[in-house]
Amino acid sequence: MIQAVRKEKDQYLANFAEFERQGTGPVPDWLQQLRKASILRVAEYGFPTTRDEDWKYTNLAPLSRTAFGLAGPTRLYDQLSDHWLLGLPGPRLVFVNGFLSSDLSRRDGLPDSVQVQSLSEALTHAPDLVGRHVGKYADPDEHAFTALNTAFMKEGSLVVVPPGTVLETPIHLIYLSTGSEHPFAVHPRNLLLIGANSEVRIVEGYAGQAGVAYFCNPVTELVAGDASNVDHYTIQAEGDKGFHIGTLRTCQERSSSLRLASFDVGGSLVRHNLTVTLDGEGANALLHGLYLGASDQLIDNHTRIEHVKAHCDSRELYKGILTDSSRAVFHGRIVVSKGAQKTDSKQTNNNLLLSNDCLVNTKPQLEIYADDVKCTHGATIGRLEEESLFYLRSRGIDKQAAANLLTYAFASEIVSQVRIGDLRNQLDRFLFAWLGHVPE
Amino acid sequence: MLEIRNLHVSANNKPILRGITLTLKKGEVHSIMGPNGSGKSTLAQVLAGRESYEVTAGEIMYDGKNLLDMAPEDRAREGVFMAFQYPVEIRGVSNMYFLRAALNSIRKYRGEDDVDAMDFLSLVRNKMKLLQMDDALINRAVNEGFSGGEKKRNEIFQLAVLEPRLAILDETDSGLDIDALKIVAEGVNALRSPDRTFLVITHYQRLLNHIVPDFVHVLAEGRIVLSGDKSLAFELEEKGYSWLEKEPVG
Repeated sequence: MIQAVRKEKDQYLANFAEFERQGTGPVPDWLQQLRKASILRVAEYGFPTTRDEDWKYTNLAPLSRTAFGLAGPTRLYDQLSDHWLLGLPGPRLVFVNGFLSSDLSRRDGLPDSVQVQSLSEALTHAPDLVGRHVGKYADPDEHAFTALNTAFMKEGSLVVVPPGTVLETPIHLIYLSTGSEHPFAVHPRNLLLIGANSEVRIVEGYAGQAGVAYFCNPVTELVAGDASNVDHYTIQAEGDKGFHIGTLRTCQERSSSLRLASFDVGGSLVRHNLTVTLDGEGANALLHGLYLGASDQLIDNHTRIEHVKAHCDSRELYKGILTDSSRAVFHGRIVVSKGAQKTDSKQTNNNLLLSNDCLVNTKPQLEIYADDVKCTHGATIGRLEEESLFYLRSRGIDKQAAANLLTYAFASEIVSQVRIGDLRNQLDRFLFAWLGHVPE
Repeated sequence: MLEIRNLHVSANNKPILRGITLTLKKGEVHSIMGPNGSGKSTLAQVLAGRESYEVTAGEIMYDGKNLLDMAPEDRAREGVFMAFQYPVEIRGVSNMYFLRAALNSIRKYRGEDDVDAMDFLSLVRNKMKLLQMDDALINRAVNEGFSGGEKKRNEIFQLAVLEPRLAILDETDSGLDIDALKIVAEGVNALRSPDRTFLVITHYQRLLNHIVPDFVHVLAEGRIVLSGDKSLAFELEEKGYSWLEKEPVG
């Protein structure tokens, strides 16, 4: 174990040296310093182990064991070119193995005032804007994988929506990982800045080619300005040999409204670190999640909702469906600061187990430092109800179809939250296929 | 059309039905009455194919086929329908989708094509009218948030759409106020036909004022202790069930 940890550190330090050598074009000072400080953080602490309370159920040994090198640009994405994420209409930035693909990206249909740039473009054209925000919300000192991402920060997406903008079309940020001889790591960095009174829907999608070993370690920082209305969807559809450790850090200003939904429909070892900060009075956040686990997948969702200011509401509902020998972890923490009076927070986690060998660890955690708040949480782990199965069968529906229908119904509560029709339909279709069903 | 011979059924090794013999002919309406715990609902569930009961002896022939060999869905496809005493809430599945899936699986079994969308809609509308159901219920999730009366009405509505040959009503009257009871009973009466057999299970005689049976059987302690015509129901209403236990017959 110790050896593995040392090896993994050495690997990333070697990668970093290589990364610095490769560096093309001028890099702003602040970024150079930030990268260096971050790699030192990685060198000092390494990856967390299961002795760390937050990683108790997620053993990173398979990730540490693999020597992930730097990714190089590739055009070999044929096998992913018909991926359903690329079938979603609307403007998009598409990255292949961490590099912007101008062939696959399209930016038409956006008003001129809205900036959708790759991070490398932004570092050239608006380095100060990036510097003012990046790393201010997702602190590299806080998490090893944020530090790792920050050390290798080079590419990703910048979305800037000026105040008072209502965007009809959703923006898609899509990261593909594909054919490479050696295992590789990518560290996409996204900065999403939504101005006051604006309305926008953003989709972050991650997909990878089956059989390819890679590690995708994205970090997204999202700021929702006063009275803005933001939908953010994370679609994790990595390949079956893909590792995904994703960090999403949101900061909400006064009276903003944020709807987050996360869909885990792929990956081998998956971890989400989601932190939502309600930092302005009257803000509200709605969090939904659906994770589907099969074979020996491990899907871990760690969410943290920080109620900093008074009169904020949060609602969280995560649902999981597990089969084969898959495992899932849900850890939902709600922290209510002293000043966050009149907080109204509700967290729910429901799990459906379809096999005997699957396993879920669910842990709600409330930390409340204010005295006039309403906070509830609940978690369930169960199987399909015999009563319901019998009811459907007694009307002529066969056993497998009845089980699929009930499982679909369980998941559809989350899918129906998606406020982009095309995405909702694709997820629906995926769900049917996952259940071994053919849609009508 | 249905022949139950010497049926013995246990649940968790505890005998519940201890030798039921009963013959229902095509088009007949039979009622089974009896005190709580006599095994009425067990009989209904066993007919519908509930797997948590163990049949320890006897047989059930349905149209010459061994019913006990058939999965619940195949029984439904062969025309057996049970209106549940406690209809189940199915979250996230609309009544409309559910009924269409059920109807189509029955049609497929018979070698028929899927029902046409427009035909299905008009079928559903007609049958809803029969049960005086609120239109909104059809697009809601199956039984979710329905009142007790709405759930029971929904069962008879399903019966009306699926048109079974053997309809088993398991305490459909329980939890209904008199107005709802009349509507449900009228619905059932409208569905009576020479091709459809009914087995009406009830604790109280009051339902039988509205759905008049051809035969009444009394079940006590897992046996049929008395059979007669509809007048037996009135007798039971007057005397209660306790006298049966003192002087067992049959």
